[in-house]
Amino acid sequence: MKIQGKTEYKATSNACKLCSPLGASLVFRGIENCVPLLHGSQGCSTYIRRYLISHFNEPVDIASSNFTEETAVFGGAANLKLAMDNIIEQYHPDLIGVATTCLSETIGDDVPLILRDYIRDNRNGDNTAIVPVSTPSYSGTHIDGFHGAVRATVDAIAEKKNRAGMNINIFPGMMSPADHRHLKEILSDFGVGYHMLPDYSQTLDGPMWSEYQKIQEGGTPIKQIASMGDASASIEIGRILSETKSAGKLLAERFEVPCHNLGLPIGIKETDAFFDAVSTITGKPMPEKYSEERGRLVDAYVDGHKYVFEARAVLYGEEDLVVGLASFLSEIGVIPVLCASGGKSGHLKGKLCQVVDEFDAKGIEVLDGVDLVEIGDVAKEISPDFFIGSSKGYKIAREMSKPLIRIGFPIHDRMGGARIVHIGYRGAQQLFDIISNTILAARQDASPVGYAYM
Amino acid sequence: MGGISILKEREKQIYQKGTQPFDMSCEKKSLAGSISQRACVFCGSRVVLYPIADALHLIHGPIGCASYTWDIRGALSSGPQLHRMSFSTDLQEQDIIFGGEKKLYNALVTLIDKYSPNAAFIYATCIVGIIGDDIDSVCRRVSKEKGIPVLPVHSEGFKGTKKDGYKAACDAMAKLVGTGPTEGISPLSLNIMGEFNIAGEAWTIREYYERMGLEVVSVFTGDGRVDNIKRSHGAALNVVQCSGSMMHLAETMNEKYGIPYKRVSYFGLEDMSKALYDVAEHFEGSPEVMEKAQVLVREEINAIYPTLKRYKEKLRGKKAAIYVGGAFKAFSMIKALKSLGMDVVLAGSQTGNSDDYKLLRNMCDDGTVIVDDANPLELSKYSIEKGVELFIGGVKERPIAYKLGIGFCDHNHERKLSLAGYSGMLNFAREVYSSVTSPVWQFAPARKSS
Repeated sequence: MKIQGKTEYKATSNACKLCSPLGASLVFRGIENCVPLLHGSQGCSTYIRRYLISHFNEPVDIASSNFTEETAVFGGAANLKLAMDNIIEQYHPDLIGVATTCLSETIGDDVPLILRDYIRDNRNGDNTAIVPVSTPSYSGTHIDGFHGAVRATVDAIAEKKNRAGMNINIFPGMMSPADHRHLKEILSDFGVGYHMLPDYSQTLDGPMWSEYQKIQEGGTPIKQIASMGDASASIEIGRILSETKSAGKLLAERFEVPCHNLGLPIGIKETDAFFDAVSTITGKPMPEKYSEERGRLVDAYVDGHKYVFEARAVLYGEEDLVVGLASFLSEIGVIPVLCASGGKSGHLKGKLCQVVDEFDAKGIEVLDGVDLVEIGDVAKEISPDFFIGSSKGYKIAREMSKPLIRIGFPIHDRMGGARIVHIGYRGAQQLFDIISNTILAARQDASPVGYAYM
Repeated sequence: MGGISILKEREKQIYQKGTQPFDMSCEKKSLAGSISQRACVFCGSRVVLYPIADALHLIHGPIGCASYTWDIRGALSSGPQLHRMSFSTDLQEQDIIFGGEKKLYNALVTLIDKYSPNAAFIYATCIVGIIGDDIDSVCRRVSKEKGIPVLPVHSEGFKGTKKDGYKAACDAMAKLVGTGPTEGISPLSLNIMGEFNIAGEAWTIREYYERMGLEVVSVFTGDGRVDNIKRSHGAALNVVQCSGSMMHLAETMNEKYGIPYKRVSYFGLEDMSKALYDVAEHFEGSPEVMEKAQVLVREEINAIYPTLKRYKEKLRGKKAAIYVGGAFKAFSMIKALKSLGMDVVLAGSQTGNSDDYKLLRNMCDDGTVIVDDANPLELSKYSIEKGVELFIGGVKERPIAYKLGIGFCDHNHERKLSLAGYSGMLNFAREVYSSVTSPVWQFAPARKSS
């Protein structure tokens, strides 16, 4: 092939995205007694483990089928089967989640076929289910791997057996373990049964062990996933996700479970929408505890409104996180002057217009499919008051001597990324205080007087 | 500990001293499904070349390999910071179908124009060969057009182990060596190899050699510069630490330029001092080098010894586990821990060879478990069985230790604490002490039940 000299392709510099097998691994770590297995080179598993461990500070075991040169030439079936044999022998899992990689996809391994063979030969015995998901790293980002794994799991396991009782399926998307825990708390307080997939509130934010745990306790039980076809409704979180072939849609199509697509419940408006949906499905009002939390939050918004008014923020992250954050920032008077994502669904701007009042008048710049060097270049022109996003924005925030408010994933340079509550009135309260205080601290530090009163 | 069983295929890679004849197997591909702590060929190349600060490091492949290695090492530079950027061709589906050469070419040219590096390393990831990209020819073309060395690194993840990645990195650097001027280099000179300037360690070591009257021509690769590598064949001696990663280049330079090499380690008082004495011995024609080395060692040890002694009193008799990348580091760790009065009861590495493990066996006490290419289950099993109180490893081992109520010391390339040299030994002792004797363990359930 003749190479042309003109620049039509660019490199990605300091990416604002990760590869799709990471997202799939995260989901499988949120299923009870499940081991993720990446079908590819050893490095994929190890790098992803290291990346996740540095954020969650929890053991994250991810197996690899460990390709060799021979595997790449002759196909990965034997390695994949051997890997599953060894995982079953060592871990006795209820589920193995098999995610592909760029390598296995490029050589054309037919993973579903290999797994069917494996199951037909009963090598998995009676106790281990196997779910394949296609996650080539050259397609989409980690969030696509995440949603792909949720959908693949539901596709493989959910059934309809006309079981009685009120249950809600909930697909929370990529949040912190503390967010998952808060969602469960809300649903429990409503007194409604629920099946949440994934649920890494314990597996990736657990206590110390009194004795060794091969696979950390917690996660969505397989039985619950199986009964998702009998639920009264599904709640699926993510306005961008609502545009894709999602697990909620699959359940709606296959088992007629109605699906409520909601935005990430960050801030009052999106959290109200979430509580409304749960009330609609259950016929129950918002529990008192949350009306009180909401009341305190509104009170705090008023107390602090002048400090944050028309502060200019640069936000970046997964597209759904950016939409949720933009909704929250707009409702407190902060202008999200640059909304950026490494993802590129094509829906980012449209969804932002839905959640940000007077979007066009605010002069908000929206960039999708960008990296952190491009975000930094635009940010330098905009001169924001603060950045909000993962720890990977630290370099540009530091260069501009602006504060970075760390939220989302990953947070590799601070403690407690797993414990940040982003969602619900409680999450908004914490975010509001952090943002107000960040702005106040910057003003105080810059003041020649340095008052100890506001 | 009956609860954790070992895979049959893994049994030969685990040895307990004193219980069976020594017949340990190693240097094998990791077992599929075993959850090895190893990474891949790409990782080996990337860690070795990473600290070269004025070179462009472009990773040719889908985005993951670049994302996961962005700013990953604590390797400091005294000047340019280009090595701390992450560059990827970020291959997409259409590139997989139609090939990625065009994209590589354009990405490379654009980045070289923007950042003006003194050389560029192009890392091949898993799928590059499979989609048929000829990165060598793209590198040759860009090198010609831009007038800088553009070096392909054949680091496809599945083509071997991390060690093969070290070799690919050495092969790429070998193309730079010998292309620069050597005038003015002192006959009392050396290259520091296998020292990556984590937290400024290479600066510490360089200063020791300079105090001995020796000129350091190039550090491979800590605080590395392309021009220094180019003229490194003018040095009189190669001093090789982390021998797994750099021996290949040292041997190449020995064959091609007749430069002898010495293997050393800079961790712990014993090995640090031995390194300086060994190097001084090499320059025996200039006896003042040895005299200066003796003064240096005496001064440095005197300065830290009283503090070390205090730590030792607190750490005496505590049991330690070591699991690191290269076995050579494990040797130094065993000596350093012994000098703090501690007992090593579990030791292992990702990439040791049979000579390494024989030496490890000879250094260890009876009952010590030695593991090659271990996994989390094995490390947990033996940590529990042996009553380990301190684990020395990397990020992937840390949560295992903590969950089990075991203190931890990070000795991997991500750390931000200097552990080399005499000052590093003091940091090491302080680090071990601060974890092992922290009051937080009183709340750890695993410790309460034991």
